[in-house]
Amino acid sequence: MKTDRNRRAFLISAGKTGLAITAGPALAALLAGCETMGQITEVGSNIAASTGLISHDQAASLTRSGHAVAKTFTDITPEQEYYIGRTVGAVILEKYRPYSDTNANRYVNLLGQSLAQVSDMPQTYGGYHFLILDSDDINALSAPGGLIFVTRGLLRCCRSEDAAAAVLAHEIGHVQLQHGLQAIKKSRITSAIAIIGVESAKTFAGQDLANLTQAFEGAITDITKTLINNGYSRSYEYSADQAAATIMGRLGYDPNGLADMLMEMEQRLDPGGLGFAKTHPDPAARISSIEKHIGRYRPVAPPSSRQARFEKALVRI
Amino acid sequence: MKNSCPHSVFQKEIAREGIIHRKMIRALIVLLIVVMIIPFPAIADGNQTMSVQVKDAQVRSTPSFMGRLVTTLSYGAKVQVQTEKGDWAKIGPGWIHASALTPKEIVLKAGAADVDRYASGEEVALAGKGFNKQVEGAHKAANPNLDYGWVDRMEGFTVSGDEMRRFIREGDLSPEGGVQ
Repeated sequence: MKTDRNRRAFLISAGKTGLAITAGPALAALLAGCETMGQITEVGSNIAASTGLISHDQAASLTRSGHAVAKTFTDITPEQEYYIGRTVGAVILEKYRPYSDTNANRYVNLLGQSLAQVSDMPQTYGGYHFLILDSDDINALSAPGGLIFVTRGLLRCCRSEDAAAAVLAHEIGHVQLQHGLQAIKKSRITSAIAIIGVESAKTFAGQDLANLTQAFEGAITDITKTLINNGYSRSYEYSADQAAATIMGRLGYDPNGLADMLMEMEQRLDPGGLGFAKTHPDPAARISSIEKHIGRYRPVAPPSSRQARFEKALVRI
Repeated sequence: MKNSCPHSVFQKEIAREGIIHRKMIRALIVLLIVVMIIPFPAIADGNQTMSVQVKDAQVRSTPSFMGRLVTTLSYGAKVQVQTEKGDWAKIGPGWIHASALTPKEIVLKAGAADVDRYASGEEVALAGKGFNKQVEGAHKAANPNLDYGWVDRMEGFTVSGDEMRRFIREGDLSPEGGVQ
């Protein structure tokens, strides 16, 4: 399983072949949407020029930039993804208080960053960083670019390091598959494109920054609403589970840790509650889905050294 | 002895078949090697230039996540890709993962004239274009309740390669491809 972005970079280097075949349907839809934007920019610029709002030179420049941006903005750069992720993280931290146990946070970073190294997207602009949230909710959230949050409530569902690895690897799966970015409404992207088109047609002005900030705010709202309130589609959750099993296997963890964690979660989850109960498919459905990929469930039997350090690190969780 | 004659003919037959088999196997091996060394289109290009699209790109001694860290490259650095193996690209000092690279040239600083010129180019990406530090600052000013302090602290949670190797060893983990 590879990210579209990884594939894209290498496919382009391989003579720009096969892009249309391997890129996901979402990307195709986005590309289609942006082609339309290129046309809209052209129409808009012509109207503006004919009404004397801008010169014909400026209109030509605007049209050209609109086309270029329509192509390039679909490929939200890792740098932009990073800034989106930072603000999504700040919004999450407005809702949840950080858990400031240094040892526990150090442990989830050792575990999470090691797992991220074996994912299909080991390198993001700002890297992967993990933080425990001081909440009894059963929840984990990932911001685009690799800021990953997990509640004490969810860590309590983990009875082994392999189970905790499953939680973090699932979130890494969402990051590498860029599920957060895909939650941004197409209309935000198109309005941002229009602004960036104007930005490149003339020198940067205060109003453009204000408009771009508005598009940014809209994108943040789209992502955080999805993460916190609505949840991703079931297919995204199942694909993140599959990515998790792959990542775990690569580092030497037993993918059955995922089923172990889900079984414990099922016991503890309040079906009408917040967090995972609201945003994720039922744990039993996730177990049967992942069993198709990893085979029938077998209980995890971690080595004693691994179990000892897990219990020591999360003793107060 | 009489009996030995047909027997030896049979043996010769087997020996000849053996030689033919060996020749066929040798031909197949040669064919396989030829196929393996025929370069993919990307390699045929030779020394393709790509740019680092992350803050710190790790260059490793082997095309593996646990390869020894040789050096790190900064955002916008240009590299010459000599060959590729899976998701890894071989550049001068070592191997770099595909997720750290883009075929676009990244322009770190551009004047107003450059912005117009580069905006129409598909092979060029302007650093800091679109959602950037300035936009984050404007958003922060409009939302003073948002606390970026912990986000900044989180970004300070880093794990070195040595710490990762120790964590893997002490946890009795055996990652694919081993640990260097």
